Amino acid sequence: MLSIQNLHVSIEGKPILKGISLEVKPGEIHAIMGPNGSGKSTLAAVLAGRDLFEVTEGKIMYMGKNLMDMAPEERAREGIFLGFQYPVEIPGVSMVNFMKTAVNEQRKYRGEESLSASDFLKFMREKKDLVEFDSQLTNRSVNEGFSGGEKKKNEIFQMAMLNPRLSILDETDSGLDIDALRIVARGVNKLRNKENATIVITHYQRLLDYIIPDYVHVLYDGKIVRSSGKELAMELEEKGYDWIRQEYAGNGK
Amino acid sequence: MNTTTQNQETEKLFRESFTKNRDTIERFSAGLMNGRRQEALEHFMQLGIPGKKTESYKYTDMPGLFNPMLHMNLQPNHVHMDVKEIFQCDVPKLDTHMIFLVNGFLPPNSPPLEELEGKALVGSLAEAARRYPELLEKHYDRYTSLNPEGLVSLNTAFAQDGLFLYIPNGTELERPVQVVNMSVWEDNLMIQQRNLFIVGKNSAASLIICDHTLAPWRFLNNAVTEIFLDKQARFDLSRIQNENNSSQHISHTFARQETASTLTSNTITLHGGLVRNNFYALLNGEHAENNTYGLYLSDRHQHIDNFSFIDHAAPHCTSNQLFKGVLDDQATGAFTGRILVRQDAQKTLAYQSNNNILLTDEARMHSKPQLEIYADDVKCSHGATVGQLDPAALFYLRSRGINYREARLMLMYAFAHDIISHIAVPPFRERIDDLVDKRLRGELSRCNACHINCGKLNY
Ligand SMILES: Nc1ncnc2c1ncn2[C@@H]1O[C@H](COP(=O)(O)OP(=O)(O)OP(=O)(O)O)[C@@H](O)[C@H]1O
Ligand SMILES: [Mg+2]
Repeated sequence: MLSIQNLHVSIEGKPILKGISLEVKPGEIHAIMGPNGSGKSTLAAVLAGRDLFEVTEGKIMYMGKNLMDMAPEERAREGIFLGFQYPVEIPGVSMVNFMKTAVNEQRKYRGEESLSASDFLKFMREKKDLVEFDSQLTNRSVNEGFSGGEKKKNEIFQMAMLNPRLSILDETDSGLDIDALRIVARGVNKLRNKENATIVITHYQRLLDYIIPDYVHVLYDGKIVRSSGKELAMELEEKGYDWIRQEYAGNGK
Repeated sequence: MNTTTQNQETEKLFRESFTKNRDTIERFSAGLMNGRRQEALEHFMQLGIPGKKTESYKYTDMPGLFNPMLHMNLQPNHVHMDVKEIFQCDVPKLDTHMIFLVNGFLPPNSPPLEELEGKALVGSLAEAARRYPELLEKHYDRYTSLNPEGLVSLNTAFAQDGLFLYIPNGTELERPVQVVNMSVWEDNLMIQQRNLFIVGKNSAASLIICDHTLAPWRFLNNAVTEIFLDKQARFDLSRIQNENNSSQHISHTFARQETASTLTSNTITLHGGLVRNNFYALLNGEHAENNTYGLYLSDRHQHIDNFSFIDHAAPHCTSNQLFKGVLDDQATGAFTGRILVRQDAQKTLAYQSNNNILLTDEARMHSKPQLEIYADDVKCSHGATVGQLDPAALFYLRSRGINYREARLMLMYAFAHDIISHIAVPPFRERIDDLVDKRLRGELSRCNACHINCGKLNY
């Protein structure tokens, strides 16, 4: 589904990602971990099409197409969803209008009819229940004045509304209380099927107790320095990143 | 020829025109309006047309507008059509008392003054000057001294008619009054309209003003409006400026507010070649409240300049100035917000903010606050921003599948809606919402049911 080959990315001439390769197949869950500033969000943003970053080398193929040729909205319509680490507040744009526009643009792309106002509201109610999203929040402007946790839950709600093929969840677990973490994980698991795939970026093994990954990758200084099964998350939780750092520094020499 | 002598040339032309046409001017006007002319002309000759050296007109070339001098139409025109027929405002559920003015005059075939609920009056200012000299004596040309300037005196010297609205004490108008100002001629034309709105003690009214041009010519408007709000009066003024892109509109609005009165004005500038709006308010009694809001959407070579001046002369008053603009292409704009808090005006709350979005590198905006505070126990704030659409917000919307154009529109619309939400009359607010949306989309933003074929009218 997704094939990243030797990806190099810079911002303002400064290299951030330094040769990343990653294969994601339908039905898989990949976890990406790594210290602060290692490039996890950069990778997520590049996949979603943020133009702030410059791809200097490498290739990203998604569903047999070159992802780099596609605008962010096209990627979204082709099923890519980014759950933002820092969801943006957009005063004056109502959640309902935002979601209605997004859902209908995606339907239009698939050649389906737009949902009527009442069908849309019904659809929205179902999805809100599915991910246990607070009803009141959809009456407000997008993320405006939402608490940190509410913003994260809103990302999962949007994911449920858009039913993506490839979800990239960038630290959706940080800032969530224990109950919310369970709710979010439950939501992700409910939305999971054989056809879609998920990349979860996280710092905490705890999330991976609920969303069980097939692979865990460690991103360090813009490179994937280790990939393994879910036991790697446990090891990191115990030992931190120092051993990776040492190993990496050793290899570097 | 240097500019000073050129201006003097223009001013001389106005004097000549005044002397030559005085009979006609006075015949189609009345009473005190005529009584004030000579003095106003002398004032104008002294003050002149403000040039670029005048601080408050730094960004807008006034003398240029009057040179060469445009034809002035000095009598009401018979419009051979039922204006009401062609101008059916299709705002659903908008039930207003509608008045039409053509080139600043009430057309001769409409009733000069109509009585509304509770003996309120609406109609021609000239007719009011004829019938109610005492009322005019008390209010006409009384509030312009807030900011004496040449263009206002010029209006007083030449203005013959305009809208008169009088709400007696203790009267609340249920239906809003809507006035449609139409400029129509077979050539370029200068129009100097004069309006007077008086709202009595404990009274309330809302007024909607729509400025339209019905022909593709260059219309130069120099309009003066005076507003008097007596104690506890509430007045809501919504104005939509939608004129052709060769037109030039200068509006001067002067308000005097007595104790506990509230004035809210929303000026929505959708179209117009050059627009300069001056708002002056004197808060003369305690607990008066003034809300001056403006929204301007401009593109191509449009120039929109808003100047607002709130004079806090009494304690415990509140003022809010909020202006927002979206400038596209090579559009330019200016905003000056002046707040004066006089020594006795303790416990004043005065807020001002001006936010702008520039959609291109060539669009320009000058924003300037001027605060003069002579009282010590006051709360004042001001803020101005000039920026682009938030790229992070734009990306967020697009990452959900919303296309670039639509995402941009959503953000612009959200930005503009902040002002629109202050419009008091709900169906009108929805209509403005719709017009602003269409305007931002680049669709024609005229009312749908306006079948006017610009330039094809008989009059
Ligand atoms: N807009 C930007 N301008 C300059 N540098 C940037 C920008 N965005 C990211 N960077 C830099 O790129 C590097 C990688 O950042 P990124 O956000 O991808 O890290 P991360 O792995 O997601 O970290 P965290 O765990 O803290 O979320 C950091 O050094 C960061 O400072
Ligand atoms: Mg990050």
